[in-house]
Amino acid sequence: MTKLKRVLCGTMCLAMAGSMFTACGDDNSSSTAADVAPVEQKKEGSDESKNTIKIYVWNQEFQGLFRRYYPDYDAEKSGYDTAKNEKTGTGDDYLKDGKKVVWVVNENTNNNYQDKLDTALKAQSESDDKIDIFLIEADYALKYVNSGYTTPLKDIGVTDDDTKDMYDYTKQVATASDGTLRAVSWQATPGLFAYRRDIASEVLGTDDPEKVQAELSDWDKFDAVAEKMNAKGYKMLSGFDDSYRVFSNNVSKPWVENDTIQVDDQLMKWVDQTKNYTDKGYNNKTTLWADAWSADQGPSGKVFGFFYSTWGINFTLAGNSLEKSEKDGGKQEVGNGLYGKYAVCEGPAAFFWGGTWLCAAAGTDNADTVADIMKKMTCDKDIAKKLTLDTLDYTNNKTAMQEIADDASYGSAFLGGQNHIKLFAAAAPNIKMDKTTAYDQGLNEAFQNAFHDYFNGTADKDAAMDNFYKAALEKYPNLKKAD
Amino acid sequence: MASSNKHKSISYAKWGYFFIIPFFVVYAAFQLYPMFSTIRDSFYSKMTVGLIEYPEKFVGLDNYTNLFKEGDIFTYFGNTFIIWIIGFIPQIFVSLLLAAWFTDIRLKLKAQGFFKVVIYLPNIIMAAAVSMLFFAIFSDIGPINDIYKSISGSEEPYQFFGHITSTRLIIAIINFIMWFGNTTILLMAAIMGVDPALYEAAEIDGASPSQTFWQITIPSIRPILIFVLVTSLIGGVQMYDIPQIITNGTGSPVRSSMTVVMYLNNQISVGKNYGKAGTISVVLFLVAAILSLAVAAINSKDQIAENRAKKLKKKKMKGAYRI
Amino acid sequence: MSTSTTDHVGEHSNKTALLVRRIVAYTVLCILTFLCLYPFLVMIINATRSHPDIQKGFKVTIGGAFGSNFKNVFNNTDIPLINGLRNSLIVSGCCTILSTYFSALTAYGIHVYEFRLKKFAFAFILVIMMVPAQVSALGFYRMMYDLELTNNLIPLIIPSIAAPSTFFFMKQYMESSLPLEIVEASRIDGCNEFRTFNTIVMPIMKPAMAVQGIFTFVANWNNYFIPSLLIDKKEMKTLPIMVAQLRNADFVKFDMGQVYMMIFIAIIPVIVVYLALSKFIIRGIALGSVKG
Repeated sequence: MTKLKRVLCGTMCLAMAGSMFTACGDDNSSSTAADVAPVEQKKEGSDESKNTIKIYVWNQEFQGLFRRYYPDYDAEKSGYDTAKNEKTGTGDDYLKDGKKVVWVVNENTNNNYQDKLDTALKAQSESDDKIDIFLIEADYALKYVNSGYTTPLKDIGVTDDDTKDMYDYTKQVATASDGTLRAVSWQATPGLFAYRRDIASEVLGTDDPEKVQAELSDWDKFDAVAEKMNAKGYKMLSGFDDSYRVFSNNVSKPWVENDTIQVDDQLMKWVDQTKNYTDKGYNNKTTLWADAWSADQGPSGKVFGFFYSTWGINFTLAGNSLEKSEKDGGKQEVGNGLYGKYAVCEGPAAFFWGGTWLCAAAGTDNADTVADIMKKMTCDKDIAKKLTLDTLDYTNNKTAMQEIADDASYGSAFLGGQNHIKLFAAAAPNIKMDKTTAYDQGLNEAFQNAFHDYFNGTADKDAAMDNFYKAALEKYPNLKKAD
Repeated sequence: MASSNKHKSISYAKWGYFFIIPFFVVYAAFQLYPMFSTIRDSFYSKMTVGLIEYPEKFVGLDNYTNLFKEGDIFTYFGNTFIIWIIGFIPQIFVSLLLAAWFTDIRLKLKAQGFFKVVIYLPNIIMAAAVSMLFFAIFSDIGPINDIYKSISGSEEPYQFFGHITSTRLIIAIINFIMWFGNTTILLMAAIMGVDPALYEAAEIDGASPSQTFWQITIPSIRPILIFVLVTSLIGGVQMYDIPQIITNGTGSPVRSSMTVVMYLNNQISVGKNYGKAGTISVVLFLVAAILSLAVAAINSKDQIAENRAKKLKKKKMKGAYRI
Repeated sequence: MSTSTTDHVGEHSNKTALLVRRIVAYTVLCILTFLCLYPFLVMIINATRSHPDIQKGFKVTIGGAFGSNFKNVFNNTDIPLINGLRNSLIVSGCCTILSTYFSALTAYGIHVYEFRLKKFAFAFILVIMMVPAQVSALGFYRMMYDLELTNNLIPLIIPSIAAPSTFFFMKQYMESSLPLEIVEASRIDGCNEFRTFNTIVMPIMKPAMAVQGIFTFVANWNNYFIPSLLIDKKEMKTLPIMVAQLRNADFVKFDMGQVYMMIFIAIIPVIVVYLALSKFIIRGIALGSVKG
C-alpha cells in the first residue's frame, strides 16, 4: 500500500510539474484565413512513421474499398479474405512493400472527428509521427482545403492529367483559394428522385421515367403532383428534410459572405413548400434517417418518392424496400417487397448529396505512396469501373461511367431494369459547387433543425429563424447575423 | 495545551492532513488546475473556428455582460430546473415509499431481493443507451405510438419529440427510472441503520405505520435524505447526456430541453467559443456553490440537533441489546 | 387502557389493513418492475433482430438474428470487443478501488481529527461536488495532451482518487455508524493511526464502500465523455466509445442489430458485478447495524 502511495505521489508531482510547464508555455500562435501555403514542418518523421501510412477516417467505408481495390495492398499479410471481401485477421494492414497502414477511426458524433483531426493536424509540425492521409466530406471540405494543413496535389505528383476524368464539381469543392487542387474523391454523388412505379401508374397513369419526369420537371409541377397524390391517399414526400438539398444546392449566394450569414431565397422556398406540405398532409412529418422515414420506403409506406443520390439508391433505398430483409434471409430480388418497383428521374433541379474526399496531409512523410493511393483509388478508370460494377457505387470517372451508361445491356433490377447510371451520368455535369463555404455543414444542420419546430407548429417563422441564428452563432461564434 | 484531557487531542492533527492529502493533491492536479484555466478564459475573447485560432484578447467583464444581456442562460437554467423537478418529485416520493415498505417488518414483502435488483437495473445501463431505447419506444413507429393509434383511432402518430411538454416529460421519466432504484437503496440502508429500539418503542406505544414513518423514520434518516437531495440536485444541475441524445444536442423543440450544461457543451465542442464557455462555467460554478453552501448550512444546523438525539439514543441502545 | 375485546377487533382491522397495504405494495412494485424491465426487454428483443427488421418498428416477438448479430460484433476487427471489455474492466475496477479507499480515507481524516483547515477542507469539497465535469474537461484534455497521456488509461483512473460525492457519502455514513470510542480504544491498544484505519475502521465501512463501489464502478463503466476526448486508438478504446462508433457507422455498415447487441454485451458484466455485490450490501448493512 505504501509503495502504491509512493507511486501515486510520484505521478502527482509529475502531473503538477507538467501543468506548470504548460502554464508557462502559453502559445499565442494563430494563423489567418488567407494563408493556404502548406505548414512548415519543424520536425521530421521518425523511421517508423516513414514506414507507416497513417489515415484519419470517421467510419470504415474507405477502409473496405481500400482493402478490396488498392492493388498494392498485401491481402495475405493483412489477413484479408479476397474471396469473401472481408478482413478476417485481427492484425494490422500492410502494403506489398512492407509499409504498415494505420487507421485512426474517430466517430463523428458532436464534431468529434473534426476535433480530433484538428488537434492532430495542429500538432503535425512538431510531431515525429506524421499523418499521411485524412478524409473529409463536401459540407466542410473548404475548411481543410483552404488551409495550410493540406498539400497541393501537384506537389506530390497527382497531376491535372491524372484528374482530367473527374467531374468538375468534385474538383471545384477541393480547390484552395490559390487555385491548387487539395483533395480528390473516388465517388461522384449526383442526386435523383426515386419514385414508386405502382403509385405513378395509379395516380399519373404512367410509370415511364421520361413521362414522370415531364410531370415533375419544376417545383410548380411537383406541387401539382403532390396535390394529386394527396387526393388518392398518398404522400408526396416522407418528411421535412427530403427536398432540402434540392433547394440548398441551387442557392444564388453562399451561406456566408464577409463573416455575415445570409439566408438565400431558395432556402425560404424550401421552408414555405415544406410548411405547405406539412399543413396539407402531403408529407409524413418524418425526419431524415429516422426509423419512420426508412419504414416509409418499404412495402407498408404510402410515400410516392424520395430524393436520393447514387449511394442512397443502391444501398439504403434498395435495402429498405424489401419485405423480408437480407439479414433475415430475404434476397434482393423482384417479388420481395418493393424491389423492382422503384424508378428514378431527374426531378425538379440538379443536386448532389454526400461524397468523401482524400486529402494529403501537409508534412506527410510518405508522399509517393499517398500519391499512388490517390491515383489508383480515384483516377484509375479500370478500378473505377470495376468498383461501380461490383458495389453499385457511382465513381468519379466520366469515361468509365459513360461506358456503363452506353451499355444497353446494363440495368438495375431494383429499378425494374432501368439504367440509372445513364441518368446519373447526365446529371453529374450539371452540379454546381461554386457557392460553397466552410460553414455549410453546420449552417445547413442548424437551419433544418430550427425549422422543424415551425413545421410542427411549436414555433412561428420568426421564432424558428431566431433559433436558427442562435444555433448558428453557437457553432460559428465568429459570424454575424445579417441585418 | 498538548496535555488536554480531550480524546481528540491536538497531537493527532497531522494525521488529519496526511489522510486528506491524496484527495487534495489529485484534485488540484486534475480538476483545479484545469478549472483555473477555464476561469481565466472567461475574461478573454478567445475562440477557434475550424482550423483558425483567433488571437486572444483580454476583455474584462465583457463576456459576463454579454451573457446576461443575451439572457438565454436564464432560460436554460429554467429548462434544467423544470426537467429536474418533474423527475425528482416522483423519485423521492416513490423511493421513500418503497424503502419504507421493504423495511417494514410487519408488511413482510416477499421476493424483496428480486424487486430490489430490478429497480436498480436501469441505473446500470449507460444513460446513452437508455436514452436511445426510450427514443425508440416513443418514436413515430414505436410501441407507445402503436398503443396511441389503437386507442385514439388516429392514423397519424403522436410526435412525442415534436412537443415541448412531452419531450421534457420523457427526459424526466428517464431520469426517474434511472435513479429511483438508486435512491431507494440509499434510503433503505439509512432506514435499516435506524435503531430498532425506536421502532419497538413505537410499536409498544401503538403507533400506526404512517405515524412511525413520519415521526421516527423520517427524522432519523434526515442526513441521508439531505444527501439524496444534494446528489440529485448536483445531477440535475449537470443534466446533460439524456437530453443531449434525445434531442441530438439541439434541445429541440424550440430549445426548450436545452440544459445549462448542453449550452456549455455547445460552446466548447460545437463552437469552440472558449471565452463564452468559461463565462458559463463560472456562472454555473457560482450557482452550484451557492446551492451547496445553502445545503451545508442546513446540514450543520441538522447535526447539532442530531448530536443531541445521539446521546439519547445511546442510553436506549444499551437497554435494547441487553438480551 | 385496553380490554381484551377491543384488542381482538384491533387485531382484526389490523389484519385487513395489512392485507390492503400488501396488495397496494405489490401492485405498485409490479408496475415499477414492468417500467424498469421494459427498456431491457426492448434491448434484448432488438438484439435478436436484424437491422432492417428493427427499422420497421418494434415488435414483441423475438427475431432470429441473435447469432448473426453476435458474430458481426465479435468479428468486427475495427471494434476489438475483447480489448474494450478489458479496458473498461481495468478502468472501472481501478477507479472503484481507488475512489472508495481514498474517499473513506479522506472522510476519516475529516471526521476523526481536529485540525485548523478541517472546516475549510470540508466546505471546499462540498462546493466542488457541484462542479460539472464539463467545466474542467477542456483544460484537462489540453493538459493530458501536453503530458502525452492521450490513448492511455492512467488519466481515466487516477482522478478518481478525488471523488467528492463518494467522500460525502462516506462522511455521512461515519457520522451515523462510526463511534469515536472505537478509534480511541484502538489507540489505547497501541495501533498507529494508519493501521487503525485499515484494520478497525475499514471493516465497519464495508457496507458504505460496497454501495459506493457499485456506483463508482457503474459510472466509470458507462462513462463516455472524458474517455472519448482522450482515446482514439482502437486497442485502448472503452466500451461506450465502441457503442458510439457502431452508432455512427457509415450507411453500408450501419446496423442497429449490432448496436443493441453491443449494449447487451456491455451491460452483462455490470449486471454480474451488481448481482454479486447486492447480497453483500444487504448483509453488510445488517452486520453494521448490529455492531453499532
